[in-house]
Amino acid sequence: MIKAILIFNNHGKPRLIRFYQYFAEDMQQQIIRETFHLVSKRDDNVCNFLEGGSLIGGSDYKLIYRHYATLYFVFCVDSSESELGILDLIQVFVETLDKCFENVCELDLIFHMDKVHYILQEVVMGGMVLETNMNEIIAQVEVQNRLEKSESLPFILH
Amino acid sequence: MALKIVKGSIDRMFDKNLQDLVRGIRNHKEDEAKYISTCIDEIKQELKQDNIAVKANAVCKLTYLQMLGYDVSWAAFNIVEVMSSSKFTYKRIGYLAASQCFHESTDVIMLTTNQIRKDLSSPNQYDTGVALTGLSCFVTPDLARDLANDIMTLMSHTKPYIRKKAVLIMYKVFLKYPESLRPAFPRLKEKLEDPDPGVQSAAVNVICELARRNPKNYLSLAPLFFKLMTSSTNNWVLIKIIKLFGALTPLEPRLGKKLIEPLTNLIHRIYLFFSQILHHLSAITLVCFSWLIAFLFFITVLISLSSGMPNHSASIQLCVQKLRILIEDSDQNLKYLGLLAMSKILKTHPKSVQSHKDLILQCLDDKDESIRLRALDLLYGMVSKKNLMEIVKKLMLHVDKAEGTTYRDELLTKIIDICSQSNYQYITNFEWYISILVELTRLEGTRHGHLIASQMLDVAIRVKAIRVFAVAQMATLLDNAHMLTGNTQRNGICEVLYAAAWICGEFSEHLENPMETLEAMLRPKVATLPGHIQAVYVQNAAKLFATVLKSQEGNTDSTTAQEASQLMIDRLPLFVQSANLEVQERASCILQLVKYIQKLQQKDVEVSEEVCALFAGELNPVAPKAQKKVPIPDGLDLDAWINEPPSESESEDEQPKAIFSKEEPKHSRPRHTEVDEKELARRREARKQEQANNPFYIKASPSSQKVYQETPGVEHIPVVQIDLSVPLKVPGLPMSDQYVKLEEERRQKERAEKKKKDKKKRKEKRSGRGKKHDSGPESEEDITPAHMVDIVTEEMPENALPSDDDERDPADPHKALDIDLDKPLADSEKLPVRSHRAAEVLKSPAEDEEGENVSSLEPKKKSSKEKREKKKDKDKDRKVKMLFESGLSEAKSSKHKKKKQKREKEDKEKKKKKKHHHHHHHHGDKGGEESVQNGTVEEEEPLPAYDIQGNLQDGSQVVVSVIFENKCDSFLKSMEFNVLDSLNSKLQRPEGSGPHDSLTIPFQLPPGVSNEARFVFTVQSIIMPQKLKGTLTFIVKNEESSTHEKLDFKLHFTCTSYLITTPCYSDAFAKLLESGDLKSSSIRLEGVNMPFHHLLARICFHHHFSVVERIDSCASMYSRSIQGHHVCLLVKISSQTVSVDAKCDEPTLLGNVLDEIKQTFSQC
Repeated sequence: MIKAILIFNNHGKPRLIRFYQYFAEDMQQQIIRETFHLVSKRDDNVCNFLEGGSLIGGSDYKLIYRHYATLYFVFCVDSSESELGILDLIQVFVETLDKCFENVCELDLIFHMDKVHYILQEVVMGGMVLETNMNEIIAQVEVQNRLEKSESLPFILH
Repeated sequence: MALKIVKGSIDRMFDKNLQDLVRGIRNHKEDEAKYISTCIDEIKQELKQDNIAVKANAVCKLTYLQMLGYDVSWAAFNIVEVMSSSKFTYKRIGYLAASQCFHESTDVIMLTTNQIRKDLSSPNQYDTGVALTGLSCFVTPDLARDLANDIMTLMSHTKPYIRKKAVLIMYKVFLKYPESLRPAFPRLKEKLEDPDPGVQSAAVNVICELARRNPKNYLSLAPLFFKLMTSSTNNWVLIKIIKLFGALTPLEPRLGKKLIEPLTNLIHRIYLFFSQILHHLSAITLVCFSWLIAFLFFITVLISLSSGMPNHSASIQLCVQKLRILIEDSDQNLKYLGLLAMSKILKTHPKSVQSHKDLILQCLDDKDESIRLRALDLLYGMVSKKNLMEIVKKLMLHVDKAEGTTYRDELLTKIIDICSQSNYQYITNFEWYISILVELTRLEGTRHGHLIASQMLDVAIRVKAIRVFAVAQMATLLDNAHMLTGNTQRNGICEVLYAAAWICGEFSEHLENPMETLEAMLRPKVATLPGHIQAVYVQNAAKLFATVLKSQEGNTDSTTAQEASQLMIDRLPLFVQSANLEVQERASCILQLVKYIQKLQQKDVEVSEEVCALFAGELNPVAPKAQKKVPIPDGLDLDAWINEPPSESESEDEQPKAIFSKEEPKHSRPRHTEVDEKELARRREARKQEQANNPFYIKASPSSQKVYQETPGVEHIPVVQIDLSVPLKVPGLPMSDQYVKLEEERRQKERAEKKKKDKKKRKEKRSGRGKKHDSGPESEEDITPAHMVDIVTEEMPENALPSDDDERDPADPHKALDIDLDKPLADSEKLPVRSHRAAEVLKSPAEDEEGENVSSLEPKKKSSKEKREKKKDKDKDRKVKMLFESGLSEAKSSKHKKKKQKREKEDKEKKKKKKHHHHHHHHGDKGGEESVQNGTVEEEEPLPAYDIQGNLQDGSQVVVSVIFENKCDSFLKSMEFNVLDSLNSKLQRPEGSGPHDSLTIPFQLPPGVSNEARFVFTVQSIIMPQKLKGTLTFIVKNEESSTHEKLDFKLHFTCTSYLITTPCYSDAFAKLLESGDLKSSSIRLEGVNMPFHHLLARICFHHHFSVVERIDSCASMYSRSIQGHHVCLLVKISSQTVSVDAKCDEPTLLGNVLDEIKQTFSQC
């Protein structure tokens, strides 16, 4: 199970947070701060796995993260997930974002947090991996975007 | 109306949308909070408008603010409004906001049930999808119960997009509403073979999550998963399945063997997949480490399977070697995963990992903390008597070097864990350990003072031989207390003083100079310590005082004793003024005592003996679980009312009376407690909330780091070199290294001596035996402890109940999901459906039918099938019973005949098992029954039948007594008994042996001799009869040869055997029948030709019943199962027809017992 997905930038500013277990808002911010603290002090050439992080769970949980340019993508998962598998999932997610936003950069995430959420919803649902096939994910996202567009046609036409 | 819409959309043009909000926040970097608060005000205005578009826009902005840490729960109702919009665009916004900020205690969730149900059955698949996604984040037990049926219907939706989401969300539903698991499971299983790979993957995902916590319930799915594994093309599914098999193989060893081949074929695929992932991450070319990855995967697989396969140590050895190469690799991810895999091997094959100690120790120097922590974890399992000191020495070096308190604290706890594991098994020299603990107290800013303290106490209390040394060390520690308390920031470590003071006081007879220590304990600086430590100081100062007096006993010069009293009287007032009540109380009490003693001293009265008597007696360590294990004495029912509970009838009718009689204590009490409980729960919740909201509550640990670094070092603590020849009386703080050296010398000496002895032996006896000792380096057993150490075991109450069930966390939601899934569904197990409005629910007829199929038709089919099987089994069983009668002598002659299976089986049976009944003494006519007894194969007996004390409490144990009779003329020896465990029943094997090891029978059988052996089984469910297959292997020895023979048998656990004869009085019996909790059933026996009292005796004897009452040709009988089910019978006879009406609170059990009764009478 995935317990949380966090995206923040090199300064620890959250760009997307998705908790699959309830934490109050201030606790969420604590977790983001702590996770940022843990992740940011690590060199780029160390491993992508991190144990500990007292806030988010016991010894069964670990943080699996990747650093892309200005953004950190952090997944907090339990032992039922394969470490390398989650690394792949992050890659799939980022590549999907890249396709959907056409050369994604931090600004896309800043201004379209809702869209990023909708894409993530097609990848992970309630903490469980829903789809890993990028084409399938993109197809579903696009259909829903078209649906949205058709609804926002001027009201006069109705 | 149209105007309104136009107006609304014009309004909207002036509203900020999400992008504007973000831009605004970025433009107001200086006064962000202020800007956001004005935005929130705007949003509140927008939410008040009727236009749903405006509302949705506002909610979208709120979702963004939520991410920044603003509580938006006040808008929960508006979010529900947006969720219920008919437009997908707004609905999606609403559900997103809900999934981000709703949780179980959000009260508006109650309002969403119908909306969600409507969305789930929406013709637009994306409406349904959005609802499912949202629901997966905020599903509550109520929602789960109300919607379980709707979601289950969606699992058969025509669109795979919906199917996969519905399948996945079922896991969340199971967690919140465990009752849904059994009804939904058949369909979930179906989805494993769904044509869509996404749905299949979701089903695998859910079952893997379920099976991870309760693997044994899913063992029956193994063949299906096996098929999936060989056919699936999805790497994700493969990884999940392999993980699942990892959990299943320990339960079913045959799986492991079967898996090896297909897995080897899969490796190439998985390796390509993994190497792609790593390729993204690492600059190294693919070829360079591709084979490493292949091995990594192979190893992970092997490890997960190895636990079920004992004879794979060679391949494990190979794995470990390859892992070594991985760990030595420069790629950090590989290194980490290598170590992770290593720790998995360690659990099953510790020996093979231990040889790579050097590598693991190297990893402790790695720059990456994750890798260091992994290595630490491994070290824990690698220590032995031989290398403990060395490893700990290395760790101590790291403690000194370590930066950052987290890692250092981790090191500290690991050192203590390593040393104290399995009851200090690996410590040969406790002096060394104490000095390690003392060294650890010098650690700056650790949070684990308490841990060190408890270790000191534990060792000093339990290892008697070490007390002299420990006391000396603790006295020095107390003397140097200012070093530990110098800085208020270092409060964590001053916990150690608690232990030091207590040890010095309690074992003060070992102190060299108690007077000095007493002085150290009464220094004014002590008053700055935390209250609970001061309290211990005061109490133990009194103990020390007593020791001083005692040591001065008989001494004509009483100045020391008087000095001691004076010291106490001078210093104690400081503690009397303490703000801490405990300290105050103890100090004033002791002060008065000392004052009195001083008076007596001045009169030259001997007081030491009386003072010492105050602290006489030894304190024994008590096991932490001792309290829980105190058995409940016979006749004490903790659930019974002490006073009669208030009857419900008196509530309204008697109210007028209450005016006169004022108070009715009976009435008010329970009501009062109820309020109390609610109140308590509320307060608890409030406290939790407060703690969660209080930033200081959590912040404390990580932020303190900086402060510590500024504190001065502790290098100037006086460290006195030890005189090596007299290690026991070391003044000052010794370095543990000295002990390492000492220990090595000692071991060398011992080894040398041993060699000498060996040589002598070899000279005397030139046999090959001596070689063993010489060949390898010293083995574990060779190392003797430095001095004889008697580790006192912790005390347990007498008659402590052996129970292992306290391991699991009761709060774990998966505990509720430990449900037997193979049992057919009962009619009562249906998901709640809204019945009276069923017509409204849109369902295609096909789906409808299918739904019924799952919930009602299938189980019926199954149960009838099962019945047939049962019948077959019974027939077979009767055969087996006879087979067991046949003598051993026949055996050999026809061993090779294989044509007719039945006959072969018959011949193979060489053993005669006889029912040996422990209830003989309950019944009169033993002789008559004996002959029938011989007919039964197996014997099950609830354990407590013999035991005087624990009986029904051991509801899961059954003892099988087997009589082995040798009917041939050869000698039988090395008999081994083994049973293939089923999910429900397991043979109890001695600790340390695997789940499939056989038990050695502790006797041999000369010709014509019989003997009895007893085996204990644990049984979970007792409501169904069970058969266990087993084998008995033995060696048949006669004069010329000895042959190895095998005998297969079956143990039949009838339901009757779970019943215990329990007497029951007729009034209690009547009450039981009236209670209405019992289900009834009945049978008829025709053509019974025996006197009624024989019939009853037979039921009593064979089925463990007792007669409650008998009137003419009618009798009531009672029995109770080991798990406390009541079984009541009413037996009537009229002209050869016996009718048995029975009642029991477990219908399945009852049915089976009745079947067995019927069978007993059909046999005669």
